[in-house]
Formats: sequence, C-alpha cells, structure tokens
Amino acid sequence: MTMIHEHDFGTPASKKSEQVNLEIDGKSVTVPAQTSIMRAASMAGINIPKLCSTDSLKAFGSCRLCVIQVDGRNGTPSSCTTPVADGMKVVTQSEKLDRLRKGVMELYLSDHPAECATGDECEVHVVAKKIGISESRYAATSTHLDLAKDESNPYFTFDSTECIVCNRCVRACDEVQGTFALTIENRGFEARVSSSGTSFIDSECVSCGACVQACPTGALTEKTLLTIGAPTSSVITTCAYCGVGCSFKAEMRGDELVRMVPLKDGGANEGHSCVKGRFAFGYATHSDRITKPMIRNAITDSWKEVSWEEAISFAATGLKKIQSESGRNAIGGITSSRCTNEEVFVVQKMVRAAFANNNVDTCARVCHSPTGYGLGQAFGTSAGTQDFESVEHSDVIMLIGANPTTAHPVFASRMKKALRRGAQLIVVDPRVIALVRTPGVVAAHHLQLMPGTNVAVINALAHVIVTEGLAKRDFIDARCEEKSFKEWEAFISLPENSPEVLEASSRVPAEQIRKAARLFASVRNGSIYYGLGVTEHSQGSTMVMGIANLAMVTGNIGRKGVGVNPLRGQNNVQGSCDMGSFPHELPGYRHISNADTRKIFDDKWGVTLDAEPGMRIPNMFDAAIAGNYRGLYVQGEDIAQSDPNTSHVHAALRAMDMVIVQDLFLNETAKFAHVFLPGTSFLEKDGTFTNAERRINRVRPVMKSATGKSEYEVTCDLATAMGYPMSYGSGAEIMDEIAATTPTFAGVSFKKLDEVGSLQWPCNEANPEGTPTMHLETFMRGLGQFNRTPYVATDEKATRKFPLLLTTGRVLSQYNVGAQTRRTANNIWHTEDILDLHESDAQLRGVADGSWVKLSSRVGETIMRARITDEVPAGVVYTTFHFPESGANVITTDFSDWATNCPEYKVTAVEITPSAQGPGSMVETHIDGDVQLASIIRMVNQIAANFPVTDAPEVKVAHHIVQFWTPVMIERLHKDVDKSLLSPIAQKALEVMLVTK
Amino acid sequence: MKIYVPGDSAAISVGADAVAVAIASKVGSSTIIRNGSRGALWLEPMVEVETDKGRVAYGPVSVEDIDSLVAADFMHGGAHKLSLGESEKIEWLASQDRVTFKRVGIIDPLSLADYEAHGGLVGLRRAISMSTSGIVEEVTESGVRGRGGAGFPAGIKWKTVADAVSDQKYICCNADEGDSGTFADRMLIEGDPYTLIEGMTIAAIAVGATEGIVYLRSEYPYAIKTLQKAIDIAHAFGWLGSSVLGSKHAFELKIRVGAGSYVCGEETAMLESIEGKRGVVRAKPPLPALEGLFGKPTVINNVLTLSTIPAVMADGAAAYKARGVGRSLGTQVFQLAGNTKRGGIVEKPFGISIEEVVNGYGGGTLSGAPIRAVQVGGPLGAYFGTDKFETSLDYESMLAAGGMLGHGGIVVFDDSVDLAQQARFAMAFCALESCGKCTPCRLGSTRGVETIDLIIQGVKVDENKKLLLDLCEVMTDGSLCAMGGLTPMPVKSAMINFPEDFTGEVSRR
Repeated sequence: MTMIHEHDFGTPASKKSEQVNLEIDGKSVTVPAQTSIMRAASMAGINIPKLCSTDSLKAFGSCRLCVIQVDGRNGTPSSCTTPVADGMKVVTQSEKLDRLRKGVMELYLSDHPAECATGDECEVHVVAKKIGISESRYAATSTHLDLAKDESNPYFTFDSTECIVCNRCVRACDEVQGTFALTIENRGFEARVSSSGTSFIDSECVSCGACVQACPTGALTEKTLLTIGAPTSSVITTCAYCGVGCSFKAEMRGDELVRMVPLKDGGANEGHSCVKGRFAFGYATHSDRITKPMIRNAITDSWKEVSWEEAISFAATGLKKIQSESGRNAIGGITSSRCTNEEVFVVQKMVRAAFANNNVDTCARVCHSPTGYGLGQAFGTSAGTQDFESVEHSDVIMLIGANPTTAHPVFASRMKKALRRGAQLIVVDPRVIALVRTPGVVAAHHLQLMPGTNVAVINALAHVIVTEGLAKRDFIDARCEEKSFKEWEAFISLPENSPEVLEASSRVPAEQIRKAARLFASVRNGSIYYGLGVTEHSQGSTMVMGIANLAMVTGNIGRKGVGVNPLRGQNNVQGSCDMGSFPHELPGYRHISNADTRKIFDDKWGVTLDAEPGMRIPNMFDAAIAGNYRGLYVQGEDIAQSDPNTSHVHAALRAMDMVIVQDLFLNETAKFAHVFLPGTSFLEKDGTFTNAERRINRVRPVMKSATGKSEYEVTCDLATAMGYPMSYGSGAEIMDEIAATTPTFAGVSFKKLDEVGSLQWPCNEANPEGTPTMHLETFMRGLGQFNRTPYVATDEKATRKFPLLLTTGRVLSQYNVGAQTRRTANNIWHTEDILDLHESDAQLRGVADGSWVKLSSRVGETIMRARITDEVPAGVVYTTFHFPESGANVITTDFSDWATNCPEYKVTAVEITPSAQGPGSMVETHIDGDVQLASIIRMVNQIAANFPVTDAPEVKVAHHIVQFWTPVMIERLHKDVDKSLLSPIAQKALEVMLVTK
Repeated sequence: MKIYVPGDSAAISVGADAVAVAIASKVGSSTIIRNGSRGALWLEPMVEVETDKGRVAYGPVSVEDIDSLVAADFMHGGAHKLSLGESEKIEWLASQDRVTFKRVGIIDPLSLADYEAHGGLVGLRRAISMSTSGIVEEVTESGVRGRGGAGFPAGIKWKTVADAVSDQKYICCNADEGDSGTFADRMLIEGDPYTLIEGMTIAAIAVGATEGIVYLRSEYPYAIKTLQKAIDIAHAFGWLGSSVLGSKHAFELKIRVGAGSYVCGEETAMLESIEGKRGVVRAKPPLPALEGLFGKPTVINNVLTLSTIPAVMADGAAAYKARGVGRSLGTQVFQLAGNTKRGGIVEKPFGISIEEVVNGYGGGTLSGAPIRAVQVGGPLGAYFGTDKFETSLDYESMLAAGGMLGHGGIVVFDDSVDLAQQARFAMAFCALESCGKCTPCRLGSTRGVETIDLIIQGVKVDENKKLLLDLCEVMTDGSLCAMGGLTPMPVKSAMINFPEDFTGEVSRR
C-alpha cells in the first residue's frame, strides 16, 4: 500500500463558468475566470513555491514566496491573490523572482528550527530545499525559538517555535470550521498564533482538527504523529460516527493507525472533520474490546470464552428450541445503523429467510422512523431531498429540533459558511442552541417553543403563508395533487391553526411566527433542516408531514438551495433503513404485502417470505414481557441504555431465553445476553455506509479484523446453523445482491464506487451517476401530497407532581450512549451527563449550580449534576444520555410516535429535587399488568386521534393498523381489548377491519 | 467685538487655554472665539482681535502678557511688543496660496453661518445641481490627487466606485494621520470641520454612497469632539440625513475612532479596523473601490483630498488646475516640523522647492546649527541632504530624486543627526508598527534593526551593508503594503545620501 497524496492547488477553485486564456512560462493555459494565477499554474503543472496558501482557504498573500511577474504590469505580485486575465503573460521563474524568494526564505529560516520534529511534514524545509537555500545570513539575535509548547489538547500539540505565522490555522478556524477560536496576538515581529489568550484546552477550540490540517509546519501536529512516526500507507474510508459520513484517509504506519485525515475529495465533508471523526478512533483498539465469542446459560452465570463454532451452534440451538416451543414468530433481530449496508442487509435476510418471519427492526425506530413514514407519504420516498452542498445556495434556512454544531459538526460548518455569506436563519427549538447566536451568526428568528408543540408551530407558519396569500401557486399547480392541496388549504386556514390561537400551546408569540413565515415565504430558496427534535415526539410523523407541507406550499423542492433535510443521527441510519430493516418493508422501502416485490426475493433467496409485517422493537419488548417473544439477535445497538423507559426494556430482556449481542464491547445490553459475538470496528469493515444525503460511501478495511471474522460472516454462519445456508465471498458480493434486488441501488457496485468515490441513490439506469437533488421534475410518487396535520397535544404533560418538561440531546465530544467516545480521550471535555435548568426553577427548588439533583418521572428516577443556565427557558430542563451511570432513559417513558412508535424522548414530565448523594442509585419502578395490552390500547387511540375527523378517519386508521401491525397484535386488539377503553373512531376502525377482512 | 484665541491642539499645547481664560477674566468670555490655528505654529498662541481695519494679531501670547496687552488696549489693536500687525498682512501667511486651508484659523469652526459667509456650501450646492457623472468629471478634470501619499487621481477612483453596481456604497475618510511630523488633517478638522463634511457629502452624491465614516485617530481627542459636534449640527441643519439640503440624496456620517495602530492608516487595514477586526492589511485585488468596507464599493480618501473638493466644486476645475506643475496640480499643504525655526502649515502650489519651504518659510533650524538633512513624506520618506534642496516638491520630481511627497510632512534635522541611527529608527518603527501579516515586513524589519546595529558596531560592515540592501529589495518588492514596501526608502536614502554615517567607525565627527 502507498500513501495517497491529494494535490494542493493553492487557492480554491473558481465557480465562474466563463473561461480565460493566458500564458504561464510560455505555456498556454485555459481556466475559469477569477482563478488565481497560482491555481492556473498548478493546473498546468507549474507549482509556484508557497507557504501561506492552501486550496481549502481563501488566498491571503502573506508569505510572499509565490511572487510572479506579469508582462506589462509593475512589480512582483503574489500569484495566490492575483486573478488571471485574458491574454495575460505570466513568468514564474526569473533571476529577480529567485532573489526575492530566497530573500523571503532567508527570513523564515532566521526564526525557524534548523530541524523539525516532523521532518518532511514541515513545508518550510521542503520549500527551502526547492528554491535552493538551506541557511540564513542573518545574525538573528531575536527569535521565537524558546517559546513553550502547548500540549493541553489531548490530540494535538501547538509548538510555537515552528510556527511561521502564515495564519492558515486561524483562517481554517474562521473560514472552514467557523468557530473563530484562534487569532494572532500582537503585531509585527511579536505577532503569534494564539488560542485567544489561553491554552488550547481552555479556549473556544472544538478540536475539529482544521487547524492541524491547515498547518504547513510542525507547529500544529497530531500527537500520534510524534509518538508513532510518519505514516507509510493510507486507505480512504468513511467515518463511523454521525450521519454526515465524512471521508477520511486513514494513515497507517505498519499495522498502526497514525491519524485520520479528512479527504478533500470527500463529497460530504470536502476536507473538513470534527473532533470525533478526526481524533476519537482510539476505541477501536481499546483494551475493553472483546475479540472472542462467549456464551452462558443464564444471565446470572459468568461468561465462558468459546470457539466461533460453539458460540454459533449454541445460539442456533437456543433459537430453534424457542421456535419449536413458541412458534416461528417468537424470535427476531435488530439491525444496527452503526454497521455497513452489507452487514445490515445480511441480518434482515437472516431474519426473513432463516428465522422465517419479519421480526426485524432497526435502531432507526428510535430516531428517524417518522422521517421514513412522513416523507414517504408526502414525496414517495424516505430520504432527504438534497445533498449537503445545497445549503450553500439557500437564502433562508429553517432549522428545527436540531443542534448541528454538536451533533453534525461538519455540516454545521457548511451551514455557518452559508450564514456568514448572508443566508438568514430561523431556529425552532426550545433551547438556545449555539446557532441562535455564535461568532459570525445571528439567527433572524428563534421560535422558542415548548417541547411537544412542533406541530402547533409548523401549522401556524403554514397558516400565515396560506392566509396571507404567500403560497407559491405555480409550484403547487404544477407539482402537487390538487385534491390533497385543496383539503389541506381548507384545514390549515382554520382559525384553530392561526399563530394567535396556537400561541397558548407553543408559547411562541404570534407576531414572531408571522414574521418568520413571511421571511421564509419571501425568498427564492428556503430550506428546512431538522433533527431528532422533530421525530422523537408523539406527533413525530405528523411534524415530518407538516415540514413537507411547508416546503411544498413555498415551492421549495426540486432544485439546489431548498428541500427537506433530515440530519441523520447515526453514520448509516439512512442505509439501515434502505436495506429493509423495518418489519413491514423490504429493501428499497417496498411493503412486505406486495407480492411482486416478495417474488424478487423469494426467487433470489429460494424461500417464501411471510406477507405480514413483523414486530417493531417496542412490540418485541411488550411481547417478551407477555411471554411470547423469547429470542433476539441484537446487532451493534445498546438497547438497554439507549431505548426509553429502561425498566421496561430491562424487564423485557430478562424475560427472554436467548439474547445474542454482536458488539465491540460488553455493553449494557450484554448484561442480559446469553451469547456474545464480538464485532468489528469500522476500521476492519469492508462495505458501505449511506449518509444523510443518500450518499453511499465506501468503508474499506484499514486493519485486519480483530476477531478473525467479518460480521456478515458471523451472521451467515448463524443463518446456516439455523438451517438456511448463507455465505458471501466479500462485501462487494452482498452489494451485488442488493443492486440486483433493489431498483434504487441498481447501478451501485463497489467497482463503480471505487471509480467515482461516492454515489447518491437513486442510482440506476435513469440516474447512472446518482441523484444529488431529488424530485427535480416530479416527485418519486408523481405529484406531491399534502397531508392534514392536526395538532394533538401529547399525553405527557407537566403536572403538579411532575411540573417540568425534560428534553434530551447530545454534546459535541460524546456520541450517543458513549460506547466509543467514552473509550477515548474525549472524556476530557465531558465526563458525565449534566442536567441543565433555568435559574428560576433552580431557585424555587433550592438547587445550586454544580450540585447533585434527583430527577424523577412517573417511570423512574436518577441522579445527576445540575447546571444553571439560560440556554433553557423556565419550565424546561435538558440533559444528555451519554453515560450509563446517569441513565437518562430511566426517566423517559414508553410514549411514542403514533405512526411509527418512535419514542417520545424529547418530552418527559419530571420533577427535580436536591440530592445529598451522587449517582449510582438509579431507581427503576416495578412493572406489572398486561403491558402489551396496555400499549395496544394506547397505540390505537393515538392513531385514531391523529387522523382528521372530517375524512372517514376510521378507514384510514384501519388501513394504518393493517399496514404496520403484526397479525398477533391485531388479533389481541380484536380479542382481548375492552372496547369501552377505545375512542369512538378507534371502535369504528375495528369494525372496518372486521368487515374488510 | 471679537477676540480669537485658537482652540487648536497645537495652540493649546503651548498655553492657548490659559491665555483664553486670562483674557476672559479681563474682558468677559462672550467676546472670545476659539478659532482654529492659522498654521503659523511658532506664533501660537496667536491672539487676534477684530478691529476697524480688520483682524490684528499678537503672538506668541502667554498668560503673563495679558495685563500688558490690556494696558496697551489690544482690544482695539493697540501697539504692543507682541503685536504682529494685521493678520492678513503677516508675510509668512500672506505669501501662501490657501485653497484647502482657506478658512482654517479664520472662522469659528462650528459656526455654520461663519462657514457659509466664507464660501462654505457653495461647492455642495453646485454639486447637487449637477449630474453625478458631472461631479466625477469635474473632479477628474481638476487633477486632484490623493493626499494620503499615493497620489492616485481622485476622479478616477470615484468613477470606479460610481460605476460599480451595489445596494450599498461607502465613503471612508482616512483621518488616521500617523506620520511623524504631520498635522494638517488634525488642524483642518479642528479648524474647519465643515469643509471635510462638505467634501465627503459631494463624494457621496457623486458615487451614490449613503454612508460615510471618518476613521479618526484616538490621539486626536479635540478633533474627535469638534467633528462630532459639527456632524450633529449639520444633521440638525438638514445637511446630513435622509435628504441632503433638501435634495433627493441621503447621506449619514459617523466617526470611527482608531485604537492607536499606525498601519491602520493603510487603507485596507483601516477597513478591517472599521469592520471591528484586527488592523491587518488586505491583499489587493480586490480594490476597495469595488470590494471595500463590508465588501461594498468604497471611496477611501484622505482628509486633505476630501477637504479640497469643496473648493474645486465651488471655483471649478480650471481654477484649481491652474496651480501646480506637470501632473501635480493644485496646492499641497506642507507641514514643516522638526528642528525648524518657523514651523507650521505652508500651503503652496506643487512645484515649490525644498529650499523655499525649509529655509524660506522655516528660516533654518531652531537650534541655530546648520541643516544637515530633511525627511520628506513621513517616517517612510527619504532623507535628503542640502544638495537636493532645489528639488521641486511635486509627486514626479520627488520620485525621480529617490523620495516621495507622501502626506506633505517635512522634518528638519541639524548637523547633530546620525543617519545610521535614523535608518535604524525606520526599521525599528516598522518592527513596532508592522501588522505582522507579510513575512518581509514582519521579520524583515527586526532583521533590519539587527543588521544596522551590526553596521553601527562595525561588525562585518561590508557584508552587512550588502545584506541590508538585499533585505531592502525583499521588503520593497515583496511586502504586501506600503508599510513594509516603503520602510527601505529612508534606509536606502540615508545609506546613499549619507554614506559617511555607515562606515562602522565609532564616531564620524
């Protein structure tokens, strides 16, 4: 393997289409107008010496090494800052220029170490050699060679003695990352790079690594480069943290990973990174990693290391025994959004073909399932409509329930770039997130709503647009269903949807809503970005449809700069959904009831698939407690920590007879497992991840599998042991099967991906190079569908006993349940989950900043440290769920989205009391009664409440239940439910189901 | 009856406030006007009284002189040992050709009536009556060039801004007068602020700008105060605001006070500073005329440039360009300082010689010792010996002589000056004031100081002189802006014109 070298053209590419002809050193060159002379020369193979310029940053013109001469012009301008002009004749080499460059380099060398710790990483010495000078004539009595190193950051060193004050780090922090943490202190000779007067660790620095990437010398260097040494080979792969899906060069020295360097050519990140992807990969080789399979008969036994054969046989025997005793539907599997498309595809295939049922679900259930449902209804497909680059063309960006600077940092940097360029921002969030006001960014409007009132706000915004005549009629007439629009228009125009009426629920001043709506409707390109603050609600699906309505009514679909853009949480949440992980859908979002689709798989797999939907994750838990769901295969997901109402989840897991966990670590779920199958980190995988913009990126093995097997092999072995032989020679073979069975992936293969870098699905005969922007001329479903979105308040309400509303989120340095990031030096920033509350709520309860508090809800209680802040309004508290000790999900309830059962993580009624003791005293409440029946009743009533009463809702409710529920649940609904507990519409729906069956 | 006691900073620094208080205690304060200084600084505090035959001057007046002045009935022009006769007939002043400074020292700086009575607002009213392109043409035709130092024709700069298409344009006045030995911007703002406001208003109308900013150095507290009052009065008068003197043009004017950095007098660093950023030079292109303040088309002119415009517009281009020589048309406001007997403002058409200014107006050194050198054009200007005193003070002749006119400052040195130390000072000044962006200036200035020190100490003198000249080339041709680019001028001119100071011998004399 060799090192991958990305050429540096010195200045960014010009976006002009007009071409300019010029001559450089006698060579004729044609480049886009506004291209710098430096870049034009570089494109022609003439590399002008430079130190302060790099093609990720705007030209700066400080090093003065790139001077050139232009025929007919005075002086020796810098080629990085001088644009090309038609007919220009440029000379890059002459005696005069040579003298100037040597003179400048002599100055550099007079204040630079004779030898640098990083060797050829230091461009000063490389360029000096190139221009033929090795030492300086100056006596140089004053230098900066005695300055101290700043080693405070866990991942990189700042050695000011090697710094040449080229400002590349400062500019990268400003232009690329948008944090403005670095500056130059003092002026003249004393001008030095500074993390704003303090150490790096105490500064505003977010450790994204952009400065390290930009530094041409050893001044900013990865510590691993100094401890391990210079890399000798590199592999291009994809980050395994969030849904941005950044491309990296993994740079290796022998078998050791030296560093992850963001790839300039990476479609998602274009050379940028965040602290997690850039630096937090140490978990992959952490000593906690389990690399041998383990089994035990009971969860109270200790683990026993066994061979792969024994582990697989033990698991298969257990699962078969359950099926023989309790029927084939008594087992199932959960796929992981952390794993590759290929690994996920194989797990769902195992469940459908080897387990012979559709009890497969994915952790997307608990995050973006409402996106799948809502966008599927409105547009006909379950995905964001744009690529990330699109945001740079937006005039107004509406950001709802997402906090990209912490959860999607690399995309946030792109967004901030657009905002600094002049785009306006509307933030819809209960919290004062960073983007409300941060260096270079001030939101035009912050609609600070109460948790749980998203639909009230989106309806009010749409109400203003429709009733004030701001709807884009041309777009609607051409692209949307007339009937659905007319119905929706009548619905949304009702006074009950006015901002004035809804203000009582949302607490957003009506006038602010009106102004924000007018702003959004007034610009050419308005885009909507949203996160889990939209989906993780009892009306998550309604809200997604409300967002789709708003985009359509303002004509913001089908071109750059617009669109509906879910910011996906996990690296492969898009992919795991695409791969048929849902119990009602086969790969490519095709319903299991469709015989034509089933036939494709029946033929390919040689089985007869069950036509009925299987169980969702919460259904599995309910059924487990009820005793008729007994075996579970969990691929890379820590449901015991991440799923809501921890007591309920633990009870369900305890009730099962065969829990198989495939993971890197003995996570919380493994405490309830009987078989542990060690997994592989992303550095060992061979496959693909699909990011939030539908971009399929290659994941290439950087190192050998620590377990000796790839994960899909293990899954295949289990399927084979269950009696259904499965085997693949490579990840590429699995992708070929995906492409052969799934029309939106028809044109995808590893070979094609290796050629083009990445592809955005749909990628098929019609779009052989993929689809950056969807729904260009028509929607996937033909005409766009407006859906009526009545606001139904959640049942999770603040009460006298639980008067505060808890909402949850993430911090930058930790990732979800922290399984990876807690095993890296990222802990230096965040070592525990903290409860944020408003001063007035704190005073009322005698809570001091930094003190322990007990947080309790109707389902449980836990203890964590309090932070008093005005980032949350009075009445709202906030925390994260990165640490198992604090167990934030002990508090969250099993309320969920009416359409998809996505948990309502974002709203929990709680109370806070001061606590004398620290954590470790997590309390779980006891569960009794028929949990499954109780959920069935709640779910059916909730579905009934969410269909507008004017429109034969019982038929729609009936249809919804048949489409998504398992036959067992439908049977219990008919047989066991006391009908008087059902709402009138739910009762009628039951009758419809009986009649139509 | 009116008594004029200058409120100019220079006059105050030699006791004008105390003199004003002392006079007020004798005759009451109502009759005292705090005018600007007429520029004969060696006569300050110069007290004038209005008499039947015009204004009569006394100076320099100290508090101790007041009793005897009263006794001599100075209030009616009585004879006194400090009597200078009729102000208008003081030869030093009468022989000048005041265009830009025509009202400075004469009028009450904040009296609009006084301003109009002395020809104020005539240029603006004429401009309002013209087409905007007509104004630009008139300014171009007059030949007015930038007084900040570069001498770029104002009309051409204005035309670039006028032709740029933008939702917002700005007029920025560079009043960061940081050159040692210069003080004309300050004196004009303190003595005749409306002239600057009028010039900026005309510029705004001509290019289609609606906002103006005066970047004024913090070291000029009196100028800041006077200009702010003048802006407020102009606003109340209906001159500034949404409708300039009732026209369709809008113009708002603000002051932005600098924070003590020399390089912020460089136009792009000034823009950064106005935008609230560190005062660091920008690379050009883009030209500020197209992408200036906040990225919008911006006229940047010096105080003297803008303050000359009202006269050009009032009297016409032809009257203005009748003065001067070659391509240096009109008058230049020279500022004579340093070791000079009669320092102050000398406004004369371009083309006057160094000799006429330094010995004619200046009358030799204050110390009485022979003149050895003058530095023309601020701290980055060249040092000339008396052999170059016949050089004509205009842009082209100064360039040909290896120097520059700069902002028109002339500093006089007697024969005690050591030019090697002055060369060192130039590098040290650059090291202190460099913004630190480009390498030649950031590192070169410090290396320059070190190298000159070695020459002074007699260490490897020839090698170090060669190294210094090499460094001068790198700084001149390699620096990003004029700060680093011009620092070698005083150094090289000192080395060339005074080689005997660079021999490395301990004492030349």
